[in-house]
Amino acid sequence: MIKLEHVSKSYTAGIPALNDVNLNIEEGEFVFIVGDSGSGKSTLIKLLLKELEPTEGIITINGKDLNRIKRKQVPRYRRNVGVVFQDFRLLKDRNVYENVAFAQRVIGESTRKIKSNVPTILSMVGLAAKYKSIPKQLSGGEQQRVAIARALVNEPKILLADEPTGNLDSANAWEIVHLLEEINKRGTTVLVVTHNMQIVESMKKRVVTLKKGVVISDEYLGGYIDEN
Amino acid sequence: MRISTLVYTFKQGVKNIWRNRLFSLASIATMAACIFLFGLFFSIVTNFQSMVKTAEKGVAVTAFFNDGLSQDQITQIGSEVQKRVEVSKCVFVSADEAWSDFKSTYFQGDENLADGFAQDNPLANSAHYEIYLNDISMQDSLVTYLKSVDGIRKVNQSEVAANTLTDFNALISYISLAIIVILLGVSIFLISNTVTVGISVRREEIAIMKLIGATDFFVRAPFIIEGIMIGIIGSVIPLILLYALYSKMVVYISTKFSFLSNMMNFLPADHVFKTLIPVSLLLGVGIGFVGSRITVRKHLKV
Repeated sequence: MIKLEHVSKSYTAGIPALNDVNLNIEEGEFVFIVGDSGSGKSTLIKLLLKELEPTEGIITINGKDLNRIKRKQVPRYRRNVGVVFQDFRLLKDRNVYENVAFAQRVIGESTRKIKSNVPTILSMVGLAAKYKSIPKQLSGGEQQRVAIARALVNEPKILLADEPTGNLDSANAWEIVHLLEEINKRGTTVLVVTHNMQIVESMKKRVVTLKKGVVISDEYLGGYIDEN
Repeated sequence: MRISTLVYTFKQGVKNIWRNRLFSLASIATMAACIFLFGLFFSIVTNFQSMVKTAEKGVAVTAFFNDGLSQDQITQIGSEVQKRVEVSKCVFVSADEAWSDFKSTYFQGDENLADGFAQDNPLANSAHYEIYLNDISMQDSLVTYLKSVDGIRKVNQSEVAANTLTDFNALISYISLAIIVILLGVSIFLISNTVTVGISVRREEIAIMKLIGATDFFVRAPFIIEGIMIGIIGSVIPLILLYALYSKMVVYISTKFSFLSNMMNFLPADHVFKTLIPVSLLLGVGIGFVGSRITVRKHLKV
């Protein structure tokens, strides 16, 4: 489903952010990507979202070589990849319903379908009652749920989560991780970038560890390798 | 594209104006100020040009005939002259008419003083054509032509008046151009500043839309609709103000400074605004469209 072959990314001449990374993630997997700051985790997510182009190597998603996707085709590609960020990235001036519905508007869904799909997904993330609230009226955990609902409403096959618990307290962080696990159980491939050691240790999932742009460990039922 | 998507895009554009009301207000105010200045200047220049045109129409070239020319020959010359592109009107003045005009001008109220001339018209040989021009700058070429016509003895022209009016016309054109360039420069500077401030607030919003998979069109369309709406509002407000102000000013100047009314004939408001309304709306919509398109484009590369 996600395949990286000899992928490197350098921003300027010097140490590359990613260096000859090889990674193969199968459909339906739940994978943690861990590593310190500057290890290349965020660069990896940006490459998968085609925000950045690799300096070298091939990235294949759902059988498609990302290098061959033209700029005009990028929006269509991104609609098949749900994404969640540490800072939620919700549209601040729109309420919960509008934020989730926006993702459906983007793919040209009919108003009738949107009216049926959005409440369903909001119920799934436990926010059906708060559909009229604007982001600043919600807690961090709730905002992240909205972001997850928005990422899932178009039923993508892949969900990328970049530090989804980074801004949350322990209780909320666990709720979000359990929600991601639930989504994974329904068949979505989930890739979570994190440095939350406790969660990685407890979940017993596949863990890919990056250090200075290099994959130093890739273990199924792995744990958090603390480099410090 | 679905109709519901189009409706949504339009609604978002309108909603954006309200959501970013401070920015919208600043943009509308900037636009309105620029269009107001443009309209004000346009009204003044249009009136000036019309006044100069009126003055030009009063300037005539006079062509006197050779002795003993028959009326048929005079008529023949008249019809040839009338065909010239320079000529707007060609009026025949007989010797008797010339004398009676002269009397009424120089013996105002005391026409009996001219009785001494009795039947002896001192202007007996003064039948002539008064030829009015389409464009005062064509006077020289017309005079050259008239001098070459058989049967025309003498051509009188008011060279000073023609030159003054031609120079004045050129001066107005240069000043218009200079002021338009300055106004355009100021407008672009003010509007780009306002838009830059507004867009920095929206940069994040655009990035989010792009990461979710929105096409450039989907992201851009509401911004462009927003820009166009701001352009329309920003031009309608100064137009209404200018219309009211213009009508009031014309009445005020005509009543308070009645001595000017002989020199200055203001154009009716409808005449000025017939051109000013579409031009200003086009300017507003154009600036709104181009401004929002350029500024959003900068942030679409996500």
